[in-house]
Amino acid sequence: MIDTGLNIAAIRKDFPILQRKVNGYPLVYLDNAATSQTPRQVIDVIVDYYSNYNANIHRGVHALSQQATDAYEQARIKVQKHFNAALPREIIFTSGTTHSINLVASGFTGFLKEGDQVLVSAMEHHSNIVPWQMLCERSGATLKVIPMTPEGELDMEGFASQLNTRTKMVFCNHVSNALGTINPIETIIRKAHEVGAVVLVDGAQAAPHIKADMQKLDVDFYTVSAHKMCGPTGVGILYGKEEWLLKMPPYQGGGEMIEEVRFEKTTYAGLPHKFEAGTPNIAGGIAFGAAIDYMNGIGMEAIAHYEAELLAYATQKLLAIQGLRIYGTGREKTAVISFNIEGIHPYDIGTLLDQMGIAVRTGHHCAQPIMDYFKIPGTVRASFSFYNTVEEVDRLAAAVEKARQMLS
Amino acid sequence: MPTYRNFTEKPLMSIQEIQAEIVDEFALFDDWMQRYEYMIELGKSLPLIDEKYKDEDHIVKGCQSKVWVHAELKDDKLVFTADSDAIITKGIIAILVRAFSNQKPADIIEADTRFIDDIGLKEHLSPTRANGLVSMIKQLKLYAVAYQTQLN
Ligand SMILES: Cc1ncc(COP(=O)(O)O)c(C=O)c1O
Repeated sequence: MIDTGLNIAAIRKDFPILQRKVNGYPLVYLDNAATSQTPRQVIDVIVDYYSNYNANIHRGVHALSQQATDAYEQARIKVQKHFNAALPREIIFTSGTTHSINLVASGFTGFLKEGDQVLVSAMEHHSNIVPWQMLCERSGATLKVIPMTPEGELDMEGFASQLNTRTKMVFCNHVSNALGTINPIETIIRKAHEVGAVVLVDGAQAAPHIKADMQKLDVDFYTVSAHKMCGPTGVGILYGKEEWLLKMPPYQGGGEMIEEVRFEKTTYAGLPHKFEAGTPNIAGGIAFGAAIDYMNGIGMEAIAHYEAELLAYATQKLLAIQGLRIYGTGREKTAVISFNIEGIHPYDIGTLLDQMGIAVRTGHHCAQPIMDYFKIPGTVRASFSFYNTVEEVDRLAAAVEKARQMLS
Repeated sequence: MPTYRNFTEKPLMSIQEIQAEIVDEFALFDDWMQRYEYMIELGKSLPLIDEKYKDEDHIVKGCQSKVWVHAELKDDKLVFTADSDAIITKGIIAILVRAFSNQKPADIIEADTRFIDDIGLKEHLSPTRANGLVSMIKQLKLYAVAYQTQLN
């Protein structure tokens, strides 16, 4: 048993889905890095919204609209406090990390020119690569890559050697979804700022495990998806320093984002509304606030501590399996284990684990450059959350061993 | 474990009969772990594609694993060979090849694929693999169409 003061049995009761069976077995959900499960406390908030105060926000005179607006803006403040942003208007609600990154990539089109360089890490999710490639195509800037080591860590000397006065932007995830590596973003941000580059950190994988402090990090942009931290799908945030959000043009035009519309000229609303065109995912935003409350109720430090113990235990159990290799063996990791067994396709292992009620992800994890680096078609990825147990790790290890025997 | 027919022998049975036979074999098992075990076995007996055909032209798109299929006309019958880098995928192709290989192109074009549903295979595949299965069937039928026009 792992003793970290958390009552995991009680926590598990908060998650209705964890009670279900899959293919005849109690579900073991180890695909948390793709999407985390949702506690009753968050589901209740969504049901309450649609049952009691569903209305459009920011524009109604009536009571429901006022109540919905208040709840939505309260959620923004919860997010702001959690990530310690200086101002609520530095929190832009989006549909998630992908939307957040595209918003910034679009906004910077006019700020870059031929000869400029942008620097992206070798271990990014496709959503933190492709929008920048598109930005380079539009602006004539060149994309450069921060190299990676065989342990799955960023090569910080390689990073330093790529930085120069032409470097205008740097992109890096806080935690790699495919490997679990926690990147030294403090150093990356500081060094990038020394040459005057803007930094966007993709926090999608970090947010469920690490409480990032926007002001302390001094990061320019940070992105989060609610569905990876016990919230609903289709909602997330872009944190941006006010200075940059004021400079960037709007992303989409429409309702909510305007001050005055005349056919001769339209003036835009102030922050954050300038970047929130159209009716947003209101229930989602409010539920995101509830998810943050839920996680803080358990305690981010307690969560990180418990997950670290779980990771150490699972790593040791899996490494005991013949021919098993783990990708991403850096010193600083979240509870993600990406692995392969010699001579066996990851997809086959994932298929058999599913038959035994264990949900993992297989494939390239939207990070093909990492797979190319290791010269593999993909990996099996088990990603843990605070509601996973030691017994579930044991079931995983036994199932992987059984799959190995069947497939060898 | 039931025995399965040698792929290379001349067909004594129609596509429908073979499909019915496969459905019967799968019905013998109690659970899906056993059926997967059987598919893995089937995969090992798949008539393998010649290495020289493992190129872009022979890849079936829509699978998480790589799949290559080749077809050749022998007399008036179409003979399939294939391979995959994933062994369960190989098993799935083996089922399809067993049903459709050594048959006349016209019969392959005509054949329905309800036996896949009868086995219950689709519900037990991940969505990506189910897509891959559909792509594979499509590919076999496309070969049949291509060779049919050649025969005409
Ligand atoms: C590191 C990372 N970045 C970005 C994303 C994309 O997030 P979303 O699909 O919520 O936009 C993910 C999700 O898989 C991720 O893990």
